[in-house]
Amino acid sequence: MEERKMICISCPIGCRLTVTEENGEYVITGNQCKRGEVYGKKEMTNPTRVVPTTVKIRGARLRRLPVKTHIPLAKPLIFEAMKLINEVEVEAPVKVGDVVIENILDTGVNIVATRSMERTE
Amino acid sequence: MKAYDLIVVGGGPAGLAAAIEAKKDGVDKILVLERDRELGGILQQCIHNGFGLHIFKEELTGPEYAERFIDELKELGIEYRLDTMVLDINEDRILHVISKAEGFVTLEAKAVILAMGCRERTRGALAIPGFRPAGVFTAGTAQRYLNMEGYMVGKKVLILGSGDIGLIMARRLTLEGAKVLGCVELMPFSGGLTRNIVQCLNDYDIPLMLSHTVTDIQGKYRVKGATVMKVDENRRPIPGTEIQFDVDTLLLSVGLIPENELAKGAGVQLDMRTRGAIVNESMETSVPGIFACGNVLHVHDLVDWVTDESRRAGKFAAKFIAKSEWIEEASIETVPGQGIGYIVPQRVRPSQVDQVLELFMRVRDIYVGQTVVVRVDGKEVQAKRRGHMAPGEMERVKLPVSLFDGSGVKKITVDVEDR
Repeated sequence: MEERKMICISCPIGCRLTVTEENGEYVITGNQCKRGEVYGKKEMTNPTRVVPTTVKIRGARLRRLPVKTHIPLAKPLIFEAMKLINEVEVEAPVKVGDVVIENILDTGVNIVATRSMERTE
Repeated sequence: MKAYDLIVVGGGPAGLAAAIEAKKDGVDKILVLERDRELGGILQQCIHNGFGLHIFKEELTGPEYAERFIDELKELGIEYRLDTMVLDINEDRILHVISKAEGFVTLEAKAVILAMGCRERTRGALAIPGFRPAGVFTAGTAQRYLNMEGYMVGKKVLILGSGDIGLIMARRLTLEGAKVLGCVELMPFSGGLTRNIVQCLNDYDIPLMLSHTVTDIQGKYRVKGATVMKVDENRRPIPGTEIQFDVDTLLLSVGLIPENELAKGAGVQLDMRTRGAIVNESMETSVPGIFACGNVLHVHDLVDWVTDESRRAGKFAAKFIAKSEWIEEASIETVPGQGIGYIVPQRVRPSQVDQVLELFMRVRDIYVGQTVVVRVDGKEVQAKRRGHMAPGEMERVKLPVSLFDGSGVKKITVDVEDR
């Protein structure tokens, strides 16, 4: 029987989870809410993370626009996604939620702006 | 002299929430003063997710969290000034303010809310020996350069201190192609949130070196290396434990200090433990009509609690303005006992508590399976076992007012006990 200890990162409480495998099923203990169970199973099968980063922006007061994956991205794809994100340059104005890259790496995950920026030029 | 009902100093998360709440509670003439060129405060550089789970029931990034409040402030028609610096405030709530747009101005307010936030401790505060080369940054400065101004701060990075900003920057720099060689922490535990150690260090195999510190920085014009040593239980470097790191950048994430110069000038009494104002349950300081909330009061690890606290300040400032009088009532003192670093609020007037009093505190050490015991004038009224407590994670205790509203109550004490 495999047993793994991990810390849930779904919220700042950081529950200490114990995941055990029983007949191909993962059983999670130590979680205080349902999110912990989902997180524990996901960490064992397909760990994902929200990736917050920035892209270049033209015509705004700042030179970087903050963006994120609109849903969590598979962990092994993070660096590959970062390469694509760093090639993008957007033009102000931008509204929060605007899609900067659609369906990155064919994952169904969009890269979206996390703030609005006015045009200043 | 221009007069306002309420002046809020600082347009970050605390100031925004306080101003909005006061407006909703009927305060008419409100002015928010912000020294930066935009509202939102530190949230604008905190581009990572993890904000808003409590307030919005969804996970937002810093800028998204800020934008919701900025939009609301504007919708409510609350007046604000950017690029504006408050020079001083006196106990009669007269403010001297300076800006390029208006020059030197004197303003007057019926109530003032202090929401100036905090500053990072710097290399000077640590007295690390060595030259003074380029490449030593506080983590927050590096965060602003990278996330807002678009400058990469270094290629091979060592981080001293394991506060949340340092941890977040370890991941951020790694994502942008830098090599983060380690995170060095003087204490035997991290000062950051556990989830950040997992998702910022462990996810990227960045070692966390507890009970270690930086003892030398090499390089004359640019950082060339740093020496790390293990420390003993008195936090003194142990000879012979030197580890040499070949790095071009050193980030410091070694603590935040509430920025209280204005508060001191106004005669506001400060708490040595929090380095913020002493406040009561309504977030009122020792000076009538001056309130404080957010990181200027005590350093928070979650913006959601800043919002809660600031709404409370806004609400009571509105009450103060409407009545225009100080509610005189004997207050109960909250006392941090064994294992507790500080408690906010430091004073409580039972008549002003709406059913349940919330006490915010930090423990001094890591505690597993210990009990938080609350006593009212020495008599135990609550004992709750906690799975895991750490100094990096703020603890909350909720106390029904019925437990302490008896006459003549003087002290509420909180201790951590092994039961």
